[in-house]
Amino acid sequence: MEYLVSVIHDSGALATDEEHAAIDVFNERLQAEGYWVFAGGLGGPTSATVLDNRADAGVVTDGPFVESKEFIVGFWILRAPDLDVALRLAAEGSKACNRKVEVRPFL
Amino acid sequence: MSDARAAITQAHHREWARVVAALTRKFGDLDIAEESTAEAFATAVERWPADGVPPNPGAWLTTTATRKAIDRIRREAKRDDKHEEARLVRDDDPPESLGAIDDDRLRLIFTCCHPALAVEARVALTLRLVGGLTVAEIARAFLVQETAMGQRITRAKAKIKTARIPYRVPSAEDLPARVTGVLAVLYLVFNEGYLASGPDTDTVRPGLTAEAIRLTRLIHTLLPEDGEVTGLLALMLLTEARRPARTSTTGDLVPLDEQNRGAWDPALIAEGHRLVRQRLATGIAPGRYQLLAAINAVHTSARDIRDTDWSQILALYTHLTSIDASPVVALNRAIALAELDGPEVALAAVDRLEPHLAHYHPYHATRADLLRRLGRTEPARAAYDKAIDLADNPAETTHLTRRRDQLG
Repeated sequence: MEYLVSVIHDSGALATDEEHAAIDVFNERLQAEGYWVFAGGLGGPTSATVLDNRADAGVVTDGPFVESKEFIVGFWILRAPDLDVALRLAAEGSKACNRKVEVRPFL
Repeated sequence: MSDARAAITQAHHREWARVVAALTRKFGDLDIAEESTAEAFATAVERWPADGVPPNPGAWLTTTATRKAIDRIRREAKRDDKHEEARLVRDDDPPESLGAIDDDRLRLIFTCCHPALAVEARVALTLRLVGGLTVAEIARAFLVQETAMGQRITRAKAKIKTARIPYRVPSAEDLPARVTGVLAVLYLVFNEGYLASGPDTDTVRPGLTAEAIRLTRLIHTLLPEDGEVTGLLALMLLTEARRPARTSTTGDLVPLDEQNRGAWDPALIAEGHRLVRQRLATGIAPGRYQLLAAINAVHTSARDIRDTDWSQILALYTHLTSIDASPVVALNRAIALAELDGPEVALAAVDRLEPHLAHYHPYHATRADLLRRLGRTEPARAAYDKAIDLADNPAETTHLTRRRDQLG
C-alpha cells in the first residue's frame, strides 16, 4: 500500500538549513526501514501550467488549476502496511520539514 | 412468542458487536459484516418465534451471519471480479500484551473511533457497528435526516477501506491516546443523551445515556485495568443515578441543590462508589474521568446538600485544573469555591474567565447565581438574560427563566 504525503505551506520559501538537515535524517530513516518510494520539492504555483487537451482542444493556461492561500510545496510517496503506520511517518515528516502534511492513499 | 422476542432483544444487546467483530475479522470488510449481521438478526426475528430460541443464540447468529456473508460475497464476485481486492487490513498476530481478552470487539471499537475519521463519523459508526442501533435511531438521536446519517456512515466506512484504517488493537505506545479517543466518543454520546442540545428536543434521552453506559461497560470488561475507562464508567453511573431527580414533573430542570435525593438510584450510586474506591485503592495518579467520578462520588455521598464535603470537592477540582487547564474546569472549581469562601471570592474567580467563556451559557448562569446570592439584583438579571439567550435545551431555559423571575 502506498501513500502520498503532500507538504502544504502558504509560501514557496525554501527550507532552512535546519529543516533541510532534519528532512535528510528523516529520508535516510525512510530508506533504511523500507518505507521510501520517492520524494521531492516543487516549484510554487506561479511556475505551474495547466493543460486541457481533451478532444485535442490544446488549451494552455498559465498558473495553478486552483488559486489558494496554501498549496503543495513538496511530497513523499511512502510504502506502508496501513494508515496507522502512514500517519506515524507523516507526523515525523511534518515535524522534520516544519510544515503541514496531507496523507492520501493510492488506489 | 414473547419469549422469542425477549431472547432476540437480549441477543441483540449481547451478541451484536461480537458478531459484527467476528465477521469483520473473518471477511475483512465492515460493510459485509454489518449487513450480514443485520440479516442474521432479521432471520432470527422470523425463525425464533416458530422454531424456538436456539440453545446458543450467539453461535446461531454468528453461523447464520457467516452464511449470509458468504452468499453475499459469491453474488458480488459474480458481478465484480475485482471485489476481492479492497480489504481491510487485519492483524493476524495473536494479541500479546492483552492476554485472553475478546479482542475482536476491541478491534472494532478502535477502528470506529479512529482519529482519522471526523468526530461525528466516529460517534455514528460506534453506535451502528458496536452498539447495533439502526441508522434511523442514530439519525433521530442526533436530529439529522436519516439519509444524511446513512451517508455519513457510508462515507466513513469507505474511508476506512480506501485509506486502510487497520482493524487492530493499537500498539502499546499508541494505546493510551487511542483509548482516550474512544472514551471521548462515548462521553459525547452520554452527554448528548444527558443534556440534549437543540430546541424542541426531549430534555434527557435515556436511550443514548443507556447506550453509552452499555458500551463503556463493554470496554471496561475488555480493559479492566485501565483507570480512565473505570473512571468514565463510574462518572456515567453516578450521573445517570441522579437522572430521576433531575427533571420536575413539568419537565423543568432541577439543579443539584434542589433535587430530591431520595429519588436517586441507590444501585447505580453503590456501583459508581465501588468503582471510584477501587481506583483509589490502586494508588495510581487519577486522570480526568477518575477525578470527575470522584467529584460525583462526593456529591452522591451527601444525604443532604448541606452535608456536601465542599473542601474535598474543591481539592479534587484543584487537582483537575492541574491536568486539564480548560476554563470550564476552572468555572466548576469556582462553584465549589463559593460554598467554602463565599460568593464574592467565587465571583472574582469567575469574572477572570470572561475572555474564554463569554459564549458559554453556564458561565452566565453561574455568574447570575453568584450575583443573586450577593443581592445584586440588576446585574444578576442581566446575567440570567444572557444565559437564557445562549442555552438551547428547553428545560434549562425554563429553569433559568424561573430563577430570573424569582429575583423580584
